[in-house]
Amino acid sequence: MTDTPNDAAKTPRGTSRRDFLRTAGLAAGGAMVGAGAKAASPDPLITEVQPYASFLGEGVDATPYGMPIHFEDHVVRRNVEWLTADPISSINFTPIHALDGTITPQGCAFERHHSGAIEMSKDEYRLMITGLVDKPLVFTFGDLMRMPRVQHTYFCECAANGGMEWGGAQLNGAQFTHGMIHNMEYTGVSLRTLLNEAGVKPEGTWVYVEGHDASSNGRSIPMEKALDDCIVAFYANGEALRMEHGYPVRLVVPGWEGNMWVKWLRRIGVHDGPIESREETSKYTDLMPDGRARKWTWVMDAKSVITSPSPQVPVSHGPGPMVITGLAWSGRGKVTRVDVSVDGGVNWQEARIAGDPQSMAVTRFYFDHVWDGAPMFLQARAIDETGYVQPTKEQLRAIRGLNSIYHNNAIQTWYVNENGDAENVEVS
Amino acid sequence: VPALAEPLGIGRAALPEEVAAWDVAIMPDGRGLPQGGGNVLDGEDLWIEQCAVCHGDFAEGAGNWPQIVGGLGTLMDDRPVKTTDSYWPHLSTVWDYVNRSMPFGAAQTLTGDEVYAITAYILYSGGLVDDDFELTHENFTSITLPNADGFFVDDRDDVELPLFTQEPCMSDCRAPVSISARATDIDVTPEFPIIRFT
Repeated sequence: MTDTPNDAAKTPRGTSRRDFLRTAGLAAGGAMVGAGAKAASPDPLITEVQPYASFLGEGVDATPYGMPIHFEDHVVRRNVEWLTADPISSINFTPIHALDGTITPQGCAFERHHSGAIEMSKDEYRLMITGLVDKPLVFTFGDLMRMPRVQHTYFCECAANGGMEWGGAQLNGAQFTHGMIHNMEYTGVSLRTLLNEAGVKPEGTWVYVEGHDASSNGRSIPMEKALDDCIVAFYANGEALRMEHGYPVRLVVPGWEGNMWVKWLRRIGVHDGPIESREETSKYTDLMPDGRARKWTWVMDAKSVITSPSPQVPVSHGPGPMVITGLAWSGRGKVTRVDVSVDGGVNWQEARIAGDPQSMAVTRFYFDHVWDGAPMFLQARAIDETGYVQPTKEQLRAIRGLNSIYHNNAIQTWYVNENGDAENVEVS
Repeated sequence: VPALAEPLGIGRAALPEEVAAWDVAIMPDGRGLPQGGGNVLDGEDLWIEQCAVCHGDFAEGAGNWPQIVGGLGTLMDDRPVKTTDSYWPHLSTVWDYVNRSMPFGAAQTLTGDEVYAITAYILYSGGLVDDDFELTHENFTSITLPNADGFFVDDRDDVELPLFTQEPCMSDCRAPVSISARATDIDVTPEFPIIRFT
């Protein structure tokens, strides 16, 4: 759909935007500020010369590599202490509630480590290809820089994103319920190029990828995926990977659960079967109601969340025009549509998709709404190019029960009360 | 599978010592295991010394650290206890993971025989072998863990896609909703600043 205002700007039903604004203004006792409202007295921020309009700012030599302005100090990663036994094998969360667009700034993009973020130089870096290949190889970082490059934007979503919410509404904020995700523009070498250098033998049907860190995070990937679109990446969002994101080299596995995006990539083993490592048996397997578990649940299904308003970003302006915005993504391809409901799924309207949606990347949507001041139950519902429609939590629980931990892509509900405060709820 | 181009000739041959140092993954059928072995009693000593502070003297777990044995038959419970003997499918994974990534904070400090011994102690703690058991590269694959058949390959395409690819409802889809659960009742979210715009 094109980037033009949707019909919601004319709602509530049966009233024109102008009628609505007049009514809302009366209801608020004439206190509403906005277009057409008259200031009681001149604004000193306008009528008085401000320091920044008279004195000098910082020179170009003050900040060789900048951080966000301190007014944005709240736009940071946050962790939840009780989720894990220690902060080394743990998770933190991207402040998606405070971001817009689709690209995640690396400095606040979430981290998930199993034995901490390790420090390794490009000079120390080695990558080995072993196993069922014609020629086991060792590459230096410099070797990788000589190979043909590819560049794509993809989301990396932790398999456990939203996992704490299976049993109910637990954490209060989009950052905590949906923030185990980042979306970056990667540059690197196709994994196919590297495997081709070593020469995969016909019986080599799986690769096993592992990192330089103590946890190793080894995962098995079928050869079809390895030869398809996986990237051995060394740039993200235009610069080197951050230490915590795998500097100097990580694997990018488009559309698949974040655990497989092995950081500090050290070895690619070619095998005739899966290793069935700890991270694909004990972890990243999904327990079902009959006591058996799904394994190899690699793809991340279509999902969305309204990032604002949300518990960390209430509606602070009162009734009237407002922006409802959020993120949608699918590991199965492009997001083609996002529907928004303000009444908990009774009625839906199509949101605007911003920009040009990329396959297996995060997509931004906007829904221009005129709030009448009554409580809202906000929901978003993503639809991808395969026709997959993001399910409700009830639909998922009916199949999976409550203990599958991973792959919760259910529709999220934010309750917005008459004061504009927002809260994570489940509805029935 | 796309056709592959001619190699670029970048990189150098990996030496056998280098491959041996890094390619230590064990497959479910035991391929990759080094020669050697270790018994339950030696494993117990090593366990007390190197593992028990986090995982308990009997591998039952300590504090918030992972429980390694126990919970057999709980996988359909409200709160399943997933351990090596109640949940893990393959003994190879135990050997491989301990060898490569444990103890937490001092990984890759155990010898092959020590890993065999610790693995034997884990089996004993789970009640799967007697206290005179010795695990070796030769008898390794004779051990079958209780949940070996507990896993099946992702079946979402068959089970979920038919349900979730139907044209969605747009209006009057359901009765008006009411709140059935709220995060503020549980109140476990860290303090965070509220963003308000003026």
